[in-house]
Amino acid sequence: MTIRPTFLTLALLAVAPQVHAQDLLNVSYDPTRELYREVNEAFAQSWSDQGHDAARLETSHGGSGAQARAVIEGLDAQVVTLALASDIDKIAEAGKLPADWQARLPHNSSPYTSTIVFLVRAGNPKGITDWGDLTKDGVEVITPNPKTSGGARWNYLAAWAWAEANDRDPKAFVHDLFANVPVLDTGARGATTTFAQRGIGDVLLAWENEAWLAQQELGSDQFQIVTPSVSVLAEPPVAMVDANIKDDAQRELATAYLEYLYTPQAQAMAFAHYYRAWDDSQADPEDVARFPKMNLVTIEDLGGWAKLQPEHFGDGGIFDQIYAGP
Amino acid sequence: MTRRIWIARSPMPGRGLSAGITLSMLSAVVLLPIGALIWQGAQFGPSGLWDVINRPRVWAALWLSFRLAFLAAAFNLVFGTLLAWVLVRYRFAGRRLVDAAVDLPFALPTAVAGIALTTLYAPNGRLGGLAAQIGWKIAYTQWGIFLALVFVGLPFVTRTVQPVIEEIDTEVEEASATLGASRIHTIRRVILPMLTPAALTGFALSMARGVGEYGSVIFIAGNIPLKTEIAPLLIVIQLEEYNYDAAGAIGLAMLAISFVTLLAINLVQIWSRRRIGHV
Amino acid sequence: MSDAVFIPRFRRASDDSPLMRLVLIAVALGGLALLVVMPLVVVIGQALAQGWGAAIASLASHDAWSAIRLTLLITAIAVPLNAAFGIAAAWFITKFDFRGKAFLITLIDLPFSVSPVVAGLCIVLLFGANSTLGGILIAHGHPVVFAVPGIVLATVFVTFPFVARELIPVMIEQGRAEEEAALTLGASGWRVFASVTLPNIRWALLYGTLLCTARAMGEFGTVAVVSGKIRGQTATMPITIEMLYNEYLSVAAFSMAGLLTCLALITLTLKTGLELRHADALAATRRH
Repeated sequence: MTIRPTFLTLALLAVAPQVHAQDLLNVSYDPTRELYREVNEAFAQSWSDQGHDAARLETSHGGSGAQARAVIEGLDAQVVTLALASDIDKIAEAGKLPADWQARLPHNSSPYTSTIVFLVRAGNPKGITDWGDLTKDGVEVITPNPKTSGGARWNYLAAWAWAEANDRDPKAFVHDLFANVPVLDTGARGATTTFAQRGIGDVLLAWENEAWLAQQELGSDQFQIVTPSVSVLAEPPVAMVDANIKDDAQRELATAYLEYLYTPQAQAMAFAHYYRAWDDSQADPEDVARFPKMNLVTIEDLGGWAKLQPEHFGDGGIFDQIYAGP
Repeated sequence: MTRRIWIARSPMPGRGLSAGITLSMLSAVVLLPIGALIWQGAQFGPSGLWDVINRPRVWAALWLSFRLAFLAAAFNLVFGTLLAWVLVRYRFAGRRLVDAAVDLPFALPTAVAGIALTTLYAPNGRLGGLAAQIGWKIAYTQWGIFLALVFVGLPFVTRTVQPVIEEIDTEVEEASATLGASRIHTIRRVILPMLTPAALTGFALSMARGVGEYGSVIFIAGNIPLKTEIAPLLIVIQLEEYNYDAAGAIGLAMLAISFVTLLAINLVQIWSRRRIGHV
Repeated sequence: MSDAVFIPRFRRASDDSPLMRLVLIAVALGGLALLVVMPLVVVIGQALAQGWGAAIASLASHDAWSAIRLTLLITAIAVPLNAAFGIAAAWFITKFDFRGKAFLITLIDLPFSVSPVVAGLCIVLLFGANSTLGGILIAHGHPVVFAVPGIVLATVFVTFPFVARELIPVMIEQGRAEEEAALTLGASGWRVFASVTLPNIRWALLYGTLLCTARAMGEFGTVAVVSGKIRGQTATMPITIEMLYNEYLSVAAFSMAGLLTCLALITLTLKTGLELRHADALAATRRH
């Protein structure tokens, strides 16, 4: 009888998080798992090489919005690396970091960027070359739901940007586009599965890094990437969560971790994981050559997240109106 | 929650202990967290709650969730009882394997179940392909949702009915036959009434679980607003906008409807038990 | 049973006709195959898409082990708690008469009707950093949400009704006469429970515990909200499966799903063993 409680206590101790100064929790979004696994290893090495005590780096992955909510509700993250600046803005609103967090690191606090491209079936049977082709009759488009997926908001805004650049009524255009969507998955991965493995739809709107990953993992002979004439510059930002920093040593670690993301070594890893990073001095030229030059609209060009988020994706916003009937 | 429970005198021991454990655990595990939700809703105010719920899209989602949960539970009621009967009464090769398979829907995480069901029933899947040949689309329609809800709810009916069948005294059936009743008559008048309380319990649980199910349904539903969008998805959507009040409001609406449905089923059950003389 | 052995030509009145037997077995097996077995085949097929080696190698990582340990720990805490509650609640509800019984049963059922997302939300509202209770607990170094206690609470919540709901119909069916007789003969309360009630409810108790175990291991939705998903610390098996799947590591994801299924079904092997060992006793109760 006494054996069991002791066992449970021991097991609890083994699992309970241990707090010491050289701990760092990076709360991130879904498709960055492999990237940060590599970055963490390299950073831990360089941190010890500089004469510090070994750091224990933990990561957590999930939907960008859900992860931001967890941090607001008390998840003890010292660093967040999310898909949208508006999610980190929400954490700032809760008082966990200063409102001007995005100015604290270079490139809008985005050490790597991506964009939205099309994934079509091999040979491009529907002849899809640009956004205008997506609203044609008989073309089925797969995208996740912008209300539940950060990535899908970039899809939607890219379509909006193209319509604006081509003198089309953007509201009517996104309406027509979503009329061609037969399945609205809740996340980017679900949408990729629906398109690639269930054979639904003619074109998948995806992050560029996801499209490359999907092609590599699910067969490059079955799919090809089409780059539209206009797309958005997607900036997944990173930030230190000041309220969760326990002491100066941890602050130093968190700062060094975020700065490390901008070093040529880390930038090369980002390129290797199909992100458009900034510094290609140490990157494999093949990883860099993969990305065609594209006309990328920034989020500021469209009006900034503070305005876009409620206007388009808020309750009763433009996206909701698409499904509210004519 | 302050309703006074009046307990009749009984020679049975353990009244204080069993009541104590039941009520304290119920309070700590169920009433406290749900109370937090109700508290949140109360602060939001009834008019705020009503504004969130009284929209065509929310009504459509609630109607969809409750209707399909009901239909799936009804299917499980029949199929689950049949399955329990076969497993207890008949001996055939592989019976134990089949018995083990009944619990699978609980053991598979819901997301995995959703992915696996979609793989099978999508138009390019093994079974979905067959169905497509006769023009029957399963995945990404309401049929898909129905299928997922049948899957998650099946063990409830089978596993509540099974122990009751194990305990049925076969002599009762023999007596009924001796008195000249046909087998069908015996099943209808003797066996089914004995199974009814357990089967209804299974039905209620299966339906309750179906109403709130999220993980497995989102993969197979298609999630198109007004057509295949379930109520729990609307809650997730509100949470994505950091709108805790609205999320709580839809959650409360679902909770209220489920509570009334379950209460009705439980009352019917107690009533039917009195009627057939098992108190 | 012995009658059937000695006089095989005559059907017992409690047996169904061979045709009905055949039809029912066919329907049961067919339905189960379409609904339950084939999805499992898909999972195993995906896990073994690159052979056994890849499947096993994917389970050997540090993160995988810590997820398995965590899931087993959570189950080891949640299931006994629920079993104790279930027995107490079933005893209270079936052995005593009181008003509001349907109401109480419905309250016990409630966790099933709460969407996993909402259940997680409830726990966060109660114990999150922005709540009074959560604030106090965190200040004293006992965080609930995003730590093991929160995951245990979520698991107990979603599996709450299982054991009680299995026991109640059986105990109602059996009535109170046997216990009352034992009491009249002077047996103590615990003695009555152990020697009269327990043998009568053991199968229901077993089924309830089995369901509870399977569900405790497989729960995803509620746990996902309260776990924080920290790799190696608060990621349970279902959460690790989701993370792996989102990373296109489908062999690893489905291997872990297969393992989880096996773990959850180990309890069933146990049940089969018990059934075989106690086959005589079981037959005796049925004939008696």
